[in-house]
Amino acid sequence: MTRSDVDATGRRTWRKPPFIANPWLRYGLWLAVVAYLIWAFGSLPFNWARIGEGLPRAARIFGGGFPPSFERGGLLLTGFKESFQIAILATLLGVMLSIPFAVMAARNVAPMPVYLLGRAVIIVSRSFHPVIVAILFVAAVGFGPLAGILTLTLYSIGFVGKLLAEEIEEIDWGQVEAMKATGAGYLATLFYAVFPQILPRQVGLSMYQLDSNLRASAVVGIVGAGGIGGTLMNAFGRYDYDFAFAILLIIIAVILVSEGISGWVRKKIW
Amino acid sequence: MLEISKLVKRYGRDEPVLKELDLVVEGNSVVSIVGASGAGKSTMLRCINRLVEPTSGSIKLNGQELVNLRGAALRRARRKIGMVFQGFNLIDRLTVMENVLAGRLGYVSLYQAISRRYPQADIERAFTLMERVGIAHYANKRADALSGGERQRVGVVRALMQEPEVLLADEPTASLDPRTSEQIMKLLQSLASELSLPVLINIHNVAQAKAYTERIVGLRHGKMIFDGTPADFTREALDAIYGGIEAPDEDEGEDTKKPALATRKEVTDDPL
Repeated sequence: MTRSDVDATGRRTWRKPPFIANPWLRYGLWLAVVAYLIWAFGSLPFNWARIGEGLPRAARIFGGGFPPSFERGGLLLTGFKESFQIAILATLLGVMLSIPFAVMAARNVAPMPVYLLGRAVIIVSRSFHPVIVAILFVAAVGFGPLAGILTLTLYSIGFVGKLLAEEIEEIDWGQVEAMKATGAGYLATLFYAVFPQILPRQVGLSMYQLDSNLRASAVVGIVGAGGIGGTLMNAFGRYDYDFAFAILLIIIAVILVSEGISGWVRKKIW
Repeated sequence: MLEISKLVKRYGRDEPVLKELDLVVEGNSVVSIVGASGAGKSTMLRCINRLVEPTSGSIKLNGQELVNLRGAALRRARRKIGMVFQGFNLIDRLTVMENVLAGRLGYVSLYQAISRRYPQADIERAFTLMERVGIAHYANKRADALSGGERQRVGVVRALMQEPEVLLADEPTASLDPRTSEQIMKLLQSLASELSLPVLINIHNVAQAKAYTERIVGLRHGKMIFDGTPADFTREALDAIYGGIEAPDEDEGEDTKKPALATRKEVTDDPL
């Protein structure tokens, strides 16, 4: 029996072993992907004539957007102000509420029934996209910023709660034992041994969530939950493409600035 | 006085880690518990303050049975049992003072704990103890900014803040360099006599056990196989405890080496 890594001339060679060892499976998977793509493109109803007609229209819309018009600055300002208010309020509420739910959903600090309840809350609030939740809340509490705040609060609870719960599950358990050994009660142990350990992550997540809520507040506005999204939708509806384009530009600018600030804060606090 | 009788601890369906262990510690004696990894040292210590639930048996501290306590009664009993850990287990992001005051968590209300409004007497006691071990000038430093020896002093002070009736030390020197670990052993020894406090120390370093404690208990496979003074602790006792394998060099007067045990991983992690 010869060694497989020594070739005929006696030199030793090496090649990275393939990710999928079985060659039939390896090439079979490639074949399956190609076959699926051919089938998908063949069977989906792409109307090429319609797409051909639409392209010039798309060009006209974009053309109409140039130059962007900042004439109605007042409208822009109120829209953005409302979006900011929605995002900041929702972040504060969501982050605060996410802490108890995170504790409930962390297996190492919550008893089984509480854990299941906590997980259920987080799973439910994560299972729908904010736009769908916003539609529900608009139906429930009417048009306006309240629907937006409720939507984004729920969204924040789900996201921050899930990641915080995972962080709690990974804490250094020795500190918890030390607090238990002093005779500390459950809540005192949480405040001394658990929260300090997850604090940097908590701050980082809050910054990220503010960022994310700013973005999402523009989107949920489109379905009537207040903020700049509503202004944008109206602009499109009235063929004010130049105004709509101005709104889009400012959204990009706001996101860039908030991303910069949150990155800086996270680096400072970590 | 601490009385352990017929203590059994079994994890799941495995062979018991502790097999009907009996141990009585009186007055202010310093007892070291030696044994190979997995002999049940940590488990025994943790059964005393119930970080590990004993399977059966009895543990009495000054006449009070600890094994059947629950809830608030258990927390009240834990206040009287100080514990020092191998990994220090300080709250890294809090200050030294906050860590020290955490030793009072069993006594203060939740509001006092969260707002850090501890009673004046506690703060006084904290400063006195910190001065005693030489860390008072670190009061407002973050705990993770200190060196290993300093951190273990914080750990010791935190345990003493509880006004304990017994002090448990689970390998308090295993994470420290030889000189620092001797300082900590000396500190535990002198604090025991100053505060007339019984101290139980799990330790791997047999030379330090002989030098700083007045009684050595040897565990093997969950049973006590040696109980005597350092003078009684002969080569034969050492071989019996560690199984005669990888005999440590301590007897040659080299007291800085730890027994060359293959692994340091204890099988006593809290399963929760």
